[in-house]
Amino acid sequence: MNDILLYSLIVLGVLGGVLAVILYIVAQKFKVEENPLIDEVESNLSGANCGGCGFAGCRAFAEACVKSAADKGNIDGLNCTSSDMSKVAAVLGLTVTAAEPKIAVVRCNGTCENAPKKVHYEGADICAFAHTLYAGSNGCPNGCLGLGDCVKKCNFDAIHIDEVTGLPTVDEEKCVGCGACTKACPRGVIEIRPKGKNSRRVYVSCVNIEKGAIAMKNCNVSCIGCQKCFKECPFEAIEMRGNLAYINPDKCKSCRKCVDVCPRGSILAVNFPPRKPKVEVTESVNNESKE
Amino acid sequence: MNNYIISGSPHVHGNESTKKIMYSVIIAMMPAFLFSIYYFGFDAVRVTLISVAACVLVEWLIQKFLLKGQNTISDGSAIVTGMLLAFNLPSNIPAWMVIVGAIVAIGIGKMSFGGLGNNPFNPALVGRVFMLISFPVAMTTWPTPQPMFGEALTDAVTGPTLLGHIKEGVAQGIAANELIAEDVVRPFIYSGSLGEIGSIAIIIGGLFLIFRKVIDWQTPVIIIATVAIISTVCWLIDPVQFVHPMIHIFGGGLMLGAFFMATDMATSPMTMSGKIIFAVGIGALTIIIRLWGAYPEGMSFAILIMNAFVPLINKVCKPKRFGNTVKK
Amino acid sequence: MNPKKTFPKGGVHPEENKLSSDQPIITFPIPKQAIIPLGQCLGAPAEAIVKKGDEVKVGQLIGTAKGFISANVHSSVSGKVTKVDEVMDHTGYRKPAIFIEVNGDEWLEDIDTSDTLVKDITLSREEIIERVKNHGIVGMGGATFPTNVKLSIPKDKKAEFVIINAAECEPYLTCDNRLLLEKSNEFLVGVKVLMKAVDAPKAIIGIEVNKIKAAELLDKIIREDSYFSGIEVQPLQTKYPQGGEKQLIKACTGREVPSGKLPIETGCVVVNVASTFAIYEAVQKNKPLISRVVTVTGKSVKKPSNFMVRIGTSSMELIEAAGGLPENITNIINGGPMMGKSVSISDFPVIKGTSGILVMTDKEAQPRQVGNCLRCGKCINACPMGLEPYLLSRQAKNNLFEETEASNIMDCIECGSCEFTCPANIPLLDYIRYGKNKTGQIIRSRNQK
Repeated sequence: MNDILLYSLIVLGVLGGVLAVILYIVAQKFKVEENPLIDEVESNLSGANCGGCGFAGCRAFAEACVKSAADKGNIDGLNCTSSDMSKVAAVLGLTVTAAEPKIAVVRCNGTCENAPKKVHYEGADICAFAHTLYAGSNGCPNGCLGLGDCVKKCNFDAIHIDEVTGLPTVDEEKCVGCGACTKACPRGVIEIRPKGKNSRRVYVSCVNIEKGAIAMKNCNVSCIGCQKCFKECPFEAIEMRGNLAYINPDKCKSCRKCVDVCPRGSILAVNFPPRKPKVEVTESVNNESKE
Repeated sequence: MNNYIISGSPHVHGNESTKKIMYSVIIAMMPAFLFSIYYFGFDAVRVTLISVAACVLVEWLIQKFLLKGQNTISDGSAIVTGMLLAFNLPSNIPAWMVIVGAIVAIGIGKMSFGGLGNNPFNPALVGRVFMLISFPVAMTTWPTPQPMFGEALTDAVTGPTLLGHIKEGVAQGIAANELIAEDVVRPFIYSGSLGEIGSIAIIIGGLFLIFRKVIDWQTPVIIIATVAIISTVCWLIDPVQFVHPMIHIFGGGLMLGAFFMATDMATSPMTMSGKIIFAVGIGALTIIIRLWGAYPEGMSFAILIMNAFVPLINKVCKPKRFGNTVKK
Repeated sequence: MNPKKTFPKGGVHPEENKLSSDQPIITFPIPKQAIIPLGQCLGAPAEAIVKKGDEVKVGQLIGTAKGFISANVHSSVSGKVTKVDEVMDHTGYRKPAIFIEVNGDEWLEDIDTSDTLVKDITLSREEIIERVKNHGIVGMGGATFPTNVKLSIPKDKKAEFVIINAAECEPYLTCDNRLLLEKSNEFLVGVKVLMKAVDAPKAIIGIEVNKIKAAELLDKIIREDSYFSGIEVQPLQTKYPQGGEKQLIKACTGREVPSGKLPIETGCVVVNVASTFAIYEAVQKNKPLISRVVTVTGKSVKKPSNFMVRIGTSSMELIEAAGGLPENITNIINGGPMMGKSVSISDFPVIKGTSGILVMTDKEAQPRQVGNCLRCGKCINACPMGLEPYLLSRQAKNNLFEETEASNIMDCIECGSCEFTCPANIPLLDYIRYGKNKTGQIIRSRNQK
């Protein structure tokens, strides 16, 4: 019995030693010289490989950061929305001004109530396919189809289809503004906008480009291109894109005058505190309070 | 306002459905079930009912509380698994063992992979093999047939299966041709599981499935042919060591396996060429286990082993593509 | 006639339901208003060349083709253009269209409106193709591919066969069948025109045996008149998709179109029956494509009928003429049930590709209960292209487009046999179409690089 034990120990020990030596030699021979900074930068990234930065993955982004820091001495233009860039900069011995945080905004409010269903869709749960098949169950050819291509593409579990409204809702805590959902949406309903001060944002929650009369039939809260907000805005932040008003987030000062003049209730202002009692609280003050 | 359905073409559908397939299989198992009642009496009904009920219940519970998905028991696949499991058991097995087998079959064999269609192994066989290894005595102690009409032919409480009897005999050095000489044609001598004693009844059910186009005729025929060829060759070489091929074809669970287990859609290859490889593999493994293995019966193991090869077979055996003949 | 043939692999046999096959073609009255969409073909829509207030005559060009794959659009009625606006068409989207208020029925003078059969083909090859192009003829089986592009044979290729797709393998539809029975001579002259256009010595009319009357009639005419020599009638087994271009070529000639190649690779040019008739009218009568036969059908439709309809007529008028909308409609389909497109409105203009309007009620359209894939392999057996639909749909669903390409998703002809046969009722073709679309984009962008 002892012999067997001994032989086993010797054989396994020798085998282990020989293999270790081989492994060591091979590892030395094929060693890839890589800047250790890349690993360090990568460890400070979220690791979601979302592609929001424009690179293939977090590793590629880390390489780009290190290269940029070495070549140009800065990492301007490189930004990962889901990580703390100041930490990355610190690793590289640089400082960055924190980029403005961004968030995905769903610009459609065609809920089951606002835009009643006219036809019934039966088939694959892929927006991109349904888009080729028909205009949408409520008839709006630009609005959300509600089949959740954006949900499937989100790496941060930050966007979900609300069962009551049938529309995607963005989780403000989780969303990093990487833009994966924007690319997934076949209709361009989702936009990446600056998160805004205290997360307060004003935006047109509609992407309809059809004429007003048709848009009115399809949806109760569609933008009909009446230009009232365009004329009202004191900061020229609103541009008319055909039949659709668009609020430029860079110019918008969140005064909410447009919200009050919109006859359709298609401009939403979210996360604002309720107004003082003397001003009538409009229904569309909060996204969460359903219209 | 209308309520038209918008869907991608085609807008009509054939008459096939999962439900229809499953219920066809259940109907096809009826002759064998009735025969087992005739052969073993009330015990056959008891085992089958317990097995089916346990399978359906386990699937329902898992769907409801673990997967929280759409309820799928109405498609009948749990009933099929339950019946197949019962067909693989001796009629005197205790109820609690059947329930354990059902939990393993459905819980581990099927639902843990995501339910119907996702299971790599035939769930009934997973349950059966689990029981065979866990309760070897109960699973190989076969009750003497208790026919509904007439007296039992022996007074013994338990009897051997035909293949078991031969395996043991050959091991003791008795010539195979002597072993079967006298009593092979007499019914109610040898025992077996519910589904393996009535080969003719199984064939009737199998023909029904082939007629209904639920299964292809190739799979069972090739399995049986492979077994027949190998066992005939062996028998011709040495009739003392090896038993007559008819015993191998009709004596054990070959028919049940060939018609009902190997043709299980989820666990068999998709293309015809794949099915042929699969069937040859099962036939060869079965006879190898029977002749040279430790167990007298090799069908379950053969099918499970070949089940494991199905993804590989599917990868290799592609259908012949249209327009691939001319290459430029 | 030759013995019956078919394609070798796959296919399904849906219930035929040719309810209107004994109904003669009724010339539908000219509508009060015609809405003529500008995008009536595969490819780019035409550009309107008339404006509000213009007076137009029947056959007048009102939209010109824009780009290589595009077709001219002609006025199907005479009257005044009331507006050029968008209209909800069968695609479910609003597309530009020309609205014409009908006033009388005044035709352009150079169009031969008589019924006399013109057998002499005076135009040259190039002139025929030019005529086909100018007169806006497209594939009228549903795909609406501009026919002149098909007829322009590349210099290094030679057409040996003209194959006429008279299979009409779609259930319910009977428009081609009726056209063959009632306009047999005109149709056969059309075949002759095609043979001249592509310089092919032989033409094969592939026709399913459920239209045996038409096949026998054509065969008789061909045998009696030596003018039609070179044309052959080939009966085919009633099986879907017998009318798929590649399947039809295989069945008629035994040749297989190589993967990713066009039919001309095998020396075949495939043209639909209705298109052949339209080519006859365009070439021999100088009449542009302004009308077509439309089958209005469905089990709950009171009078399933075949109408000769001016392009731009409202589908609702046709349905009314066939007995009105039944109750509990679930689907209205532009085309046949296997490859047609479900529309979200009952009122859409008839276009060049509208071979049928199928109204289905809850009796015919089963509700879809999707189950798990059983891996039964029925889709593989049904696929006429030898693909693995279950695999393709899974890969597409998970956005694995490199894998879909390797699994030859681009070979799919979207016939829907897989989905038809699937016991679990999985919308296989939906996923495959999505995957095909995306894979195609990836391949194109790679080729551009």
